[in-house]
Amino acid sequence: MPGGKRYEAIVIGASAGGLHALFYILEHLPEKFSLPVIIVQHRMAEQHELLEELLQSKTGMIVKQADEKESIEKGIIYLAPPGYHLLIETDRTFSLTVDQPVSYSRPSVDVMFETAAVAYREGLVGIILTGANRDGAAGIKRISDYGGFTIAQDPAEAQFPSMPAAAIATKSVKKVGTLKEISFFLSKIPEV
Amino acid sequence: MELDNGAFRNLLKAVHSSYGYDFTGYAEASVKRRIIHYMGMHRINELADLQSLILRDENIFRDFLQELSVTVTEMFRDPGFYKSLREKVVERLATYPFIKVWVAGCATGEEVYSLAILFKEAGILDRSVIYATDINQQSLQIAKDGMYDASSMKAYTGNYQKSGGTGSFSQYYMSKYNSVMFDRSLKQNIVFSAHNLAMDKAFNEFQLILCRNVLIYFNQELQKRVLDLFHGSLCMFGYLGLGNKESLRFGAQQRSFEEVDRKERIYMKIK
Repeated sequence: MPGGKRYEAIVIGASAGGLHALFYILEHLPEKFSLPVIIVQHRMAEQHELLEELLQSKTGMIVKQADEKESIEKGIIYLAPPGYHLLIETDRTFSLTVDQPVSYSRPSVDVMFETAAVAYREGLVGIILTGANRDGAAGIKRISDYGGFTIAQDPAEAQFPSMPAAAIATKSVKKVGTLKEISFFLSKIPEV
Repeated sequence: MELDNGAFRNLLKAVHSSYGYDFTGYAEASVKRRIIHYMGMHRINELADLQSLILRDENIFRDFLQELSVTVTEMFRDPGFYKSLREKVVERLATYPFIKVWVAGCATGEEVYSLAILFKEAGILDRSVIYATDINQQSLQIAKDGMYDASSMKAYTGNYQKSGGTGSFSQYYMSKYNSVMFDRSLKQNIVFSAHNLAMDKAFNEFQLILCRNVLIYFNQELQKRVLDLFHGSLCMFGYLGLGNKESLRFGAQQRSFEEVDRKERIYMKIK
């Protein structure tokens, strides 16, 4: 359980099968969820804003693509733009780059998680959902190294188990759970 | 690994004062990631060790500089941008007897050749000069050679077609083993040279400046400086094309530009 800990941000990484997992998580977030939620979902560069529109239909929170230099605000759900890596600066603003894909992916979960780990330290919750590769495993380890809380979707439930399984294999995941359990955890995070 | 902020700033300062390259205006998270990557590759454990290596040996600095400043691109990246150039900009450019273009931060040159192809199809390449600049010498050399991996051509052909290309993309290059070489006729009007946006000054006046996915690497202050530089380097009614996620919002000259295509980030200087 989160206990009395004050978390400041939630980061989520998802790949194949991620859309439905994200639907579930967003639908079950408390109405006035007070933390920023920053998501990397692998997708094709041509999809533009389709993912944002689909996710917006599931939640009353604002869903938007992260803009470069944008300040990260509470209660907003940010998505990494297709074709760019999303990085988090220590002053809690976003940066974008077009550096080489990492684990064949741009945006890459690892890049976002690793920079978020440094920016938020023990104030961070990192969640790895379904996916068919191993992006995010290094990022989860980094979050754990910096004192953040780490969660992986139960590979037995995930539509594509390899991404959460790779994260769990780093031995840096503190909690393995179903989408229902992850949602319950998020609903218990105290207001900041 | 975490980089100590003080040591990080010292390193950038030392690089600036010893070699004249200023990275203090770059967005930090990305620079730090690259430094960590470089240190990992060369098994360097401390920033202080990296700093003394760099200051002692210019070759090591050159190598480090490549790592710090390399960027990647593709041909007709964001086809919609090039489509908009064809439809909204080219006709106006064609009214000039002589057209000068600056592709600032051209990386390995894919977008320079894309622009040359577009100009050729519009019948204006012969009376244009495209100045293609980058801070990174290795990238510039690749751009000059105009040789690229053949495996990318399928995706590039798709981009070319989506950008409204009027010919067959394969007519512009020759395949050789696993590489392709772009046609000499495209290169004739391109001048490749080193230019550091963080420090160097204006060097000409242009009708069109493309600077795509470069500003995102800079902090707000440096973005402002570079946008000032572009404003000063454009002729009246000259065009500026930025990357899909970039804008004029940190520039002092926002009102000096008019939006030509909001979505594709194409602007025209109006005062």
